Amino acid sequence: MAEIIDSGGGGGKGKHQKKRAKKHSARIDMTPMVDLGFLLLTFFVLTSQFSKPKTMEINMPVIPKDTANRMKIEDETALTLLLTENKDKIYYYYGMFKSDASIIKTTDYSKQGIRKLFRDRNKEVIEQVKKLKEKYTKNEIADTTYKRLAMNVKGDKTAVFVIVKADEKAKYKNVIDVVDELKIADVGKYALVDISPAEKKMLELFK
Amino acid sequence: MSKIKMPKSAPSLDMTPMVDLAFLLVTFFILTANFRQNEAVMIKSPSSHSETILPQNTMLVTIDSAGRVFFSLDGKEVRHNMLQAMADKYKVKFTNAEINRFLILPQFGVPMAQLAEYIRGGEKERAIIDKKSVGIPVDSVNNQLGDWIAFGWNEKQIFQQTNNIPKENWCRIAIKADGQTNYQAIKRVMDIFQDRNLNSFNLITDLEKETP
Repeated sequence: MAEIIDSGGGGGKGKHQKKRAKKHSARIDMTPMVDLGFLLLTFFVLTSQFSKPKTMEINMPVIPKDTANRMKIEDETALTLLLTENKDKIYYYYGMFKSDASIIKTTDYSKQGIRKLFRDRNKEVIEQVKKLKEKYTKNEIADTTYKRLAMNVKGDKTAVFVIVKADEKAKYKNVIDVVDELKIADVGKYALVDISPAEKKMLELFK
Repeated sequence: MSKIKMPKSAPSLDMTPMVDLAFLLVTFFILTANFRQNEAVMIKSPSSHSETILPQNTMLVTIDSAGRVFFSLDGKEVRHNMLQAMADKYKVKFTNAEINRFLILPQFGVPMAQLAEYIRGGEKERAIIDKKSVGIPVDSVNNQLGDWIAFGWNEKQIFQQTNNIPKENWCRIAIKADGQTNYQAIKRVMDIFQDRNLNSFNLITDLEKETP
């Protein structure tokens, strides 16, 4: 530590005595300054936050004014997920909705559940994107080309189209989890859609 | 053997480099620190694997676990014009002092009728109102959030065009919601955006630790 300097060094002992310069006058006691410096340092270290919030971008389909112009989804590629209050169950079916309970299958939010489902369903796209990525890392194709090609692959007609429908009881977390899995599985075509009354009724059966 | 000589004065250390370093760090932290804004509500965002960082310039709609809606938008000029437009529409009068206080308000979630009181209040009063507040009304009869969005977005566009802000830095829409919020409430907010032809959102999440 910095030494404490005796203030009585230089003297005004008598009136007629000449004032003498202190011996250590060139040294300033830095202790308070150092204390303050470290105090501030501690404060800023503790209060600063490095982790900026992350974000997921999602583009919702533009709602067409006339119903005739609505995009038709190929039945074979459609995969509809139904989310409800049940924390670890996702109900899903392929293609068109039929009011027949046997078409509905269940899975969960785990790696073996929804992620495997998407991976299996989207195998070709994942492989193609992987190849593109390899080319990109080897600098065979440019950044923008890679993005465009990947986009094309993901948006391919035969690629799976996932429709996410959540009912009133579903939690935001469930939806985010599913969208997250969609991104992981390179699914390019997905939409968040309102649940239909018929589907709601179907979910009731599974309670 | 000669005796080890003890130094006469107290042992002293040259602290200059340490002090230099300490102050360098202090300066660094002061300059890089951006203080957490006073948030009206506690939100526990859900986690995702997304590593995209939230853009700086956003119109932020926050929805808490009870489904209450809060709104925030940056830019003093934009906020000033937005408040004026809202005041005209809802026939609420604000004094100049109130408008000036509104400009620095971080985030608000009160109906128009209560806004003046909310602005006037100090931090404590605001916290009390925040606790009791019903949030910004979003129902179709009294869609105040829709108006905030419409006016805010409009003013922001004008501001961005007149100031020649590059397109990639333009305002984005961010939605921050608690993981336990009912999806219905979020859907309602998204619908309000979509009614105004705003279809692209940034959903704020925390980074999930587990690797994909």
